[in-house]
Amino acid sequence: MTGLAAPAAFDFARLGPGFADPVGDAQRCFRAILDAMAHPGAVVTMPGDLPCAPGLSPAATAVALALCDIDTPVWLDAAAAGAAPYLAFHCGAPVAAAPAEARFAFVADAAMLPPLGQFALGTAEFPERSATLVIEVGGLTEGTGPTLRGPGIRGGRRLSVAGLRRRFWEERAALAELFPRGIDLLFVGGAALAAVPRSTQVVE
Amino acid sequence: MKSLEQQANGTQARQSWLAVLAKAPVAALEAGWQALGDKPDYRTLRPGETGLVMVRGRIGGTGQPFNLGEMTMTRAAVQLLDRDGKVTWTGFGHVAGRSARRAELVALFDALLQDPARHDAIERTVVAPLAAQQEAAKAAQAGKVNASRVDFFTMVRGE
Repeated sequence: MTGLAAPAAFDFARLGPGFADPVGDAQRCFRAILDAMAHPGAVVTMPGDLPCAPGLSPAATAVALALCDIDTPVWLDAAAAGAAPYLAFHCGAPVAAAPAEARFAFVADAAMLPPLGQFALGTAEFPERSATLVIEVGGLTEGTGPTLRGPGIRGGRRLSVAGLRRRFWEERAALAELFPRGIDLLFVGGAALAAVPRSTQVVE
Repeated sequence: MKSLEQQANGTQARQSWLAVLAKAPVAALEAGWQALGDKPDYRTLRPGETGLVMVRGRIGGTGQPFNLGEMTMTRAAVQLLDRDGKVTWTGFGHVAGRSARRAELVALFDALLQDPARHDAIERTVVAPLAAQQEAAKAAQAGKVNASRVDFFTMVRGE
């Protein structure tokens, strides 16, 4: 048997820690995400001292740690692929082979985002079987950019998202007629997070 | 790169020290840790978390596997750090019951035992005494059981 190379064991030294206080931190982050989803377009700061998975921002890591588990296949774009062992260890989440199979998609390079129609949009009977996209963006600014209207917004709210590709909002608007099917968007940058759920209309 | 045989031996050695550590009481592990001269820096990769595992059984070792029942267990993972704060060894602890500190101590000793520079000292001062204790307890129990053993046999009727 000597001379036969053994399969390389996983190098655990490269793994970083998860939440310092797994229960408390996950609850605080869940609450922050809930607030963001209830107030589309409002920029919230994820609370606490957040860990950081390779290839992902602290806010995206917090979303993964708070929401992903063995029942939620995740899809990672090429720029976020380094986070796969981290998510496997701390969340137990399986990695989806294709965007359509994923419940959560982590996109570290917003410019290379696949067409939105490639993600799971849910079915008429089960609209919740859809994907939540967590997209790393250059910056989130309230008060400028496109106007958001819909549930959770009194009048209108403006949110500027830096680093999205051209015609992104047009592409998203095309999904509106499928409602209640659709996808929910979480934009993250650093520790900041803003949500644009499927119920929100975005007018440029 | 290690050969398969070397890796199998390494795995076997690790299994045996983890088996001893996982069964050791928390007081003994704590005493071993306190007695350690130069404690390493470490960070917690996974704080102790308690959950349930399904224990599976097989009648006589040949029957169909079945679910015997769930038991409570706690797991933890730690990473030892060198002087520059770089991760050197990662240790894992899985223990029966709900003691997070016990799982953490098992993980710490697991990491220390993987370090060739510290392996022999830890093996001699911590693992070997615990293994001897566990062996003695097992022998004492077996002796008690043996003393009350009843052999069943059927007399052949002489007809």
